[in-house]
Amino acid sequence: MSTLSQLAALAAEADTTAADDAKNAAAAQGAGYAYGLAAIGPGIGIGYLVGQAVQAMARQPESAGQVQTTMFLGIAFTEALALIGFVVFILLKFV
Amino acid sequence: MNFPTNAQPNALAQRMEGPSPAVAVARDLARRGVMIAPASIILGAVFWGTNGALSVALGLGIVVVNFLLAAAMLGYAARISLALMAAAALFGFLIRLGLITIAVLLVRNEPWVELVPLGISLIISHLGLLFWEMRFVSASLAFPGLKPPQNERRVIQEPEMSTQDMGTVQQQEQL
Repeated sequence: MSTLSQLAALAAEADTTAADDAKNAAAAQGAGYAYGLAAIGPGIGIGYLVGQAVQAMARQPESAGQVQTTMFLGIAFTEALALIGFVVFILLKFV
Repeated sequence: MNFPTNAQPNALAQRMEGPSPAVAVARDLARRGVMIAPASIILGAVFWGTNGALSVALGLGIVVVNFLLAAAMLGYAARISLALMAAAALFGFLIRLGLITIAVLLVRNEPWVELVPLGISLIISHLGLLFWEMRFVSASLAFPGLKPPQNERRVIQEPEMSTQDMGTVQQQEQL
């Protein structure tokens, strides 16, 4: 009888460990998706922004300074989205 | 003989000379970052103790270095070619994101690092500094008459065109 109860205890422990592993794997997957997906949008945004800015500077070199200033701020604002994704990643993964 | 009907300016042949406006903006951001650092660190200390203060300082430092690095890369590349500047902006985004990740992952197990205040300071200082700077930049770009006072004004340098660029523009105008 005691052997049966020990086996039952071992099985319950294995179930708990498997559930923890699955939970950790899901958390890691979620964090990875959050970071990766959060970097895609800003990448597209920065590409579009810089492309338009380069076109504007090539068409009007006399206003290149203003365009570059605006472009730099736009890049930084767009990058904030990726930074938020990164912070969500570290909070999901390590906290 | 076919002449192009819609001549496109050649971004590969153009470059910016003189001081980079991005570097000026980044220096301004760094100066403002230093200005808000004491208040941020005190807030971190109030809510999370000494570790929180150190983590907030680390987050603020990462944000300021990120701005300075971005501006340095853009400014350096723009002196060579506008196309290279576009490449520097895109790959610089990836490189800097990787550097931030490495910087945080390297210290995450240190006993003095609290991840929550670090993350909060990363986001809030990044956005806060940008909105603060945008106030001055938008005022000087859109309404020159409403520029901030002299001691807080950042002069936007107009780039001087090189003779090579002038020739390119003249050729394009002739087309």
